[in-house]
Amino acid sequence: MTMRLPRVLADELVAHATTDLPNECCGMIGGRDGLAMTVHRAANTEASPFMYVMDPREQLRIMDAIDDAGDDLLAIYHSHTRSTAFPSRTDVELAFFSGTLYLIVSLATPDAPEIRAFHLRRDQPAELAITEEPVELV
Amino acid sequence: MSTVRVPPVLRAAVGGVRELSVPGSTVAEVLAALYAAHPEVRAQLVSESGELHRFVNIYVNDEDVRLHEWLETPVGDTDTLLILPAMAGGATASR
Repeated sequence: MTMRLPRVLADELVAHATTDLPNECCGMIGGRDGLAMTVHRAANTEASPFMYVMDPREQLRIMDAIDDAGDDLLAIYHSHTRSTAFPSRTDVELAFFSGTLYLIVSLATPDAPEIRAFHLRRDQPAELAITEEPVELV
Repeated sequence: MSTVRVPPVLRAAVGGVRELSVPGSTVAEVLAALYAAHPEVRAQLVSESGELHRFVNIYVNDEDVRLHEWLETPVGDTDTLLILPAMAGGATASR
């Protein structure tokens, strides 16, 4: 299913990724019927350029906020600071949320940030674990 | 019976409910009873070594059990247990 991402929210994702350099950023996107409506920044407790672990307290608070608003958790996002917007092996191994999109913001080419989204299945063999879903800027 | 809060990601594995009443006097006993009733949950939370995945957090009444007695943390009838898989990953092996 295509995710429709308003440009203002795409800009917010890139702004978050840029603000948190040199580390990876992370957060969640809420919305309805495939349309992204809210971006929720969260803290990366690893504070690392190579790893993100969302602060669990913020994770719970944001999940509840999205739930309480009647929205769906459309995507979990994080940044890749130097590599392309494609899931790493670690991204797949830790993808517990198989029904939610994992959106990656790449700043590998700083002048041309890249945003891509994937369904990840950690219980599947490698060739079936990653399915890209289109992101349409609206 | 304690109350287990089920986050959306695990609801399909328990028949779509938000909360379950599960017997057990420790976190380990509650999880064992939950796995027995809903084997799909075990598949999502337990690593290949048979242990709870280190990126799955468990809270009893909003307290992280890692800061208490981990799986031996006592659970009473009026307690609420929350299972929260982490949102995590990394670019170390990216292509």
